[in-house]
Amino acid sequence: MRYLPLTTQDRSSMLATIGAAAIDDLFVDIPEEARLTGPIHGLPMHAPEMAVERHMKALASQNLVAGDVPFFMGAGAYRHHVPASVDHLIQRGEFLTAYTPYQPEIAQGTLQMLFEFQTQVARLLGCDVANASMYDGSTACWEAIGMARRITKRATALLSSGLHPHYVGVAKTMARFTGDALVHQAPSLTPETDIAGLIGQIDKNTSCVVVQYPDILGRVDDLSALAQAAQAAGALLIAVVTEPVALGALRSPGEMGADIVVGEGQSLGVGLQFGGPYVGLFGCKQKYVRQMPGRLCGETVDAEGKRGFVLTLSTREQHIRREKATSNICTNSGLCALAFSIHMTLLGEKGLRGLAEVNHAMAVTAAERLEKIAGVKLLNSSFFNEFTLVLPKDARSIVRALADRKILGGVSLGRLYPEEADLANGLVVAVTETATLDDIEAFATNLEELLA
Amino acid sequence: MSMNNQGRPTRPAEDSAASPAFATSTGNRALMLEEALIFEIGDANRTGVDLPEAPKAASRLGGLERKSAIGLPGLSEQETVRHYTRLSRQNYAIDLGLFPLGSCTMKHNPRLNEKMARLPGFADIHPLQPIHTVQGALAVIDELGDWLIKLTGMAGVAMSPKAGAHGELCGILAIRSALEARGDKRSVILVPESAHGTNPATAAFVGYQVEDIPAKPDGRVDVDALKARLGPDVAGVMITNPNTCGLFERDLKIISDAVHEAGGFVYCDGANFNAVVGKVRPGDLGVDAMHINLHKTFSTPHGGGGPGSGPVVFSDALAPFAPLPFVERSEDGKLALIEEESMEDHHASSFGRMVAFHGQMGMFTRALTYILSHGADGLLQVAEDAVLNANYVLRSLEDVLDAPFGAAGPCMHEALFSDNGLADGFSTLDIAKGLIDEGFHPMTVYFPLVVHGAMLVEPTETESKAALNQFIGAMRSVALRAKQGDPSLHSAPHFAPRRRLDETLAARKPVLVWTEPVAEQAEAAE
Repeated sequence: MRYLPLTTQDRSSMLATIGAAAIDDLFVDIPEEARLTGPIHGLPMHAPEMAVERHMKALASQNLVAGDVPFFMGAGAYRHHVPASVDHLIQRGEFLTAYTPYQPEIAQGTLQMLFEFQTQVARLLGCDVANASMYDGSTACWEAIGMARRITKRATALLSSGLHPHYVGVAKTMARFTGDALVHQAPSLTPETDIAGLIGQIDKNTSCVVVQYPDILGRVDDLSALAQAAQAAGALLIAVVTEPVALGALRSPGEMGADIVVGEGQSLGVGLQFGGPYVGLFGCKQKYVRQMPGRLCGETVDAEGKRGFVLTLSTREQHIRREKATSNICTNSGLCALAFSIHMTLLGEKGLRGLAEVNHAMAVTAAERLEKIAGVKLLNSSFFNEFTLVLPKDARSIVRALADRKILGGVSLGRLYPEEADLANGLVVAVTETATLDDIEAFATNLEELLA
Repeated sequence: MSMNNQGRPTRPAEDSAASPAFATSTGNRALMLEEALIFEIGDANRTGVDLPEAPKAASRLGGLERKSAIGLPGLSEQETVRHYTRLSRQNYAIDLGLFPLGSCTMKHNPRLNEKMARLPGFADIHPLQPIHTVQGALAVIDELGDWLIKLTGMAGVAMSPKAGAHGELCGILAIRSALEARGDKRSVILVPESAHGTNPATAAFVGYQVEDIPAKPDGRVDVDALKARLGPDVAGVMITNPNTCGLFERDLKIISDAVHEAGGFVYCDGANFNAVVGKVRPGDLGVDAMHINLHKTFSTPHGGGGPGSGPVVFSDALAPFAPLPFVERSEDGKLALIEEESMEDHHASSFGRMVAFHGQMGMFTRALTYILSHGADGLLQVAEDAVLNANYVLRSLEDVLDAPFGAAGPCMHEALFSDNGLADGFSTLDIAKGLIDEGFHPMTVYFPLVVHGAMLVEPTETESKAALNQFIGAMRSVALRAKQGDPSLHSAPHFAPRRRLDETLAARKPVLVWTEPVAEQAEAAE
């Protein structure tokens, strides 16, 4: 067995050193009636690399690969080109096979990277500080709601109708157990988000308003008035960004006054991966830093006065505070944070702005082409790289039919909101730099045919 | 072309054996290279990416165009590769040597796992693709889930939790849902003192009162005390098995029976499953829910702090409450993804969704690759070798370090020592930092809390006898120095990229993001 270095001879000599006659002498604490004496029946035995590879490749080949077809899906997971050096660097064993940096003297590589990541994320989101990552955007969003409860000592969260339905789902699951009240309704097919309506719902019990930017339908709206209204009522504004590339073109939520900004960082460096692992981004205003969940990396000096980095403010965390911790999170998403950070470093400000510009221009081009199709209406008055089309019939069946023609043509609102009949004709279309003009034309032509 | 020595072989100068420790002008020391922050070496106008040309299109950003600079430095590809390569060399890692962090299971991460996870058929598929275009991905989830169920002897599995603590949360939510479903309002979760910090944090997070269960002097749960505490207010217990003292809770079945008798549920923290995989099925011991850290037992990389993955296996009693989504095989052999819309027909008691999408797919492919590589026979060997290696370390060190439970019998996958017997003023921390100079990552220190100055050593099964012997030699040497009161240990490590760091300063005046040095700001303003 190729991963196990002990030989039979090693095993016997080690048992002799230990003073045990047989390996089962070391397992005497497992009650005999429950102890298994041989391999579990009905499961295959060990296999060489080639056999395993054959099996896994056979499974992989049953999936339609996004990069092989015209691809226009988003809704919380975006396909961007990841430069070759990103994947090369994250596979360096010193990053890949390191642990959480509890021994800072021999973990400066991870720690400095996290400090750089925190700074990049804070600047991108427009926040004073950011943490060293969360599991993903959806769990970061829930953690932000919990943080707002701790800060405001109120327990009613107002969720915008444009918040990703899975993020809403996670919050609903958790709120049922923590006693938070959530105010939420499904979106309506309007060109703009209902900021005024949201403001009207803020009251003295509101802990936070959670708003996605751009929202699930791709709409972008100024959050400044919402931030002011929330803060005037003693509540916090939490902004959720599922497409960080958008912030290369759009004003950041922090700039518009958001108190906490969370996001999904998957777009940069991480790839689609069928939904995970991803990387949650979490930033906030300086004054709330001690209520933040998750790991934080901070600058300090060593005994010789050299700059170095350590995990810090761990008195918020479970391994110190146990049942009084700000969250139960231990492992986060370090390697995905590294991928995000490397990709962001390769881009730099110029590259990120350029990438955002290409994304927006491709999306505008696609929207203009698609809305020419008879019966198809473009919903959004504004958008970044994702917009909603209203089709003349059920979008879910169209998406399936497009997939049969080897086109992954967006995410139907029927998939996201199965219980909302009013939304059934909605189709959310994302267009990134990975799409070509030919892809757009193929999508449009096939959609035209299917709707004819 | 000529050799740089022009044909003259170099030889050491006669007086060069003891070279003085002087500061170099760069701060570098030969291959140990210092590296500045990207903010100090990058430039907003430099980039390592060439982009496709944007088609001409009018802006539809709704007047929200970003006006101000973001402050993101860029590097060319060459500089980027060098920056991160230099940083990587300041990390200790499994690839460099034995990584004995107790309870963390730092085993070798096979590279076939990495290769399989990167197959485009897994890495480049969208989570919301139509179900008939991702049958192979669902098959991976289904097949891995089936292995986890069979290895644990349980009835069902939830695959979506993102890490161990998230799995704990999943288990506790299922327990609470099951209790609520029968109209039972219980408020207390019992947790042994030796538990991971995540256990009480999780239970409290869901609104439970957490009460400690004491341990007996032999390091195991005090069954009588636990039984005495059981009652109509106790929702369940959270027990780690093998526990964090590296011991198997041999009375777990008795505990489970008593908890069930009293109407509660048993949560098992499966962080240490590596010691018993293939040796015992937790389902046979009465466990109702257990998370499995794929990044421990099933070799997915720790990545410097994640991503992890924490699927949870459930007993018959809890399986109906498992979270969405999950994969189900329909009669025609096709795999279905049960989400919100289909849950009414299939899974009406589910407590709902814990994450966007379907969990850590990239970790599932790695873990399944690992499991198929080992097979049922290999996994059994994993547990046996992990336990053998730990006992070898225990017996090779117990004459120089106090092993509080060593006399009572074998340990499981990790060996526990205390600071008892060190010279006055010398502590576990000194041993840990001394080990760094010997070229090892320290063991887990000061955990579990039930042992004074705890040192928890988990070598794992992927270490050779020679590697163990070298580690044992280093531990013995450092332990003897600590017992003899060698003052140089207090200032260890001496040879790491950094000396001991000032964590107090970091916490008192937190600097969490880089800011432009004041002098430069003033210059820029001129």
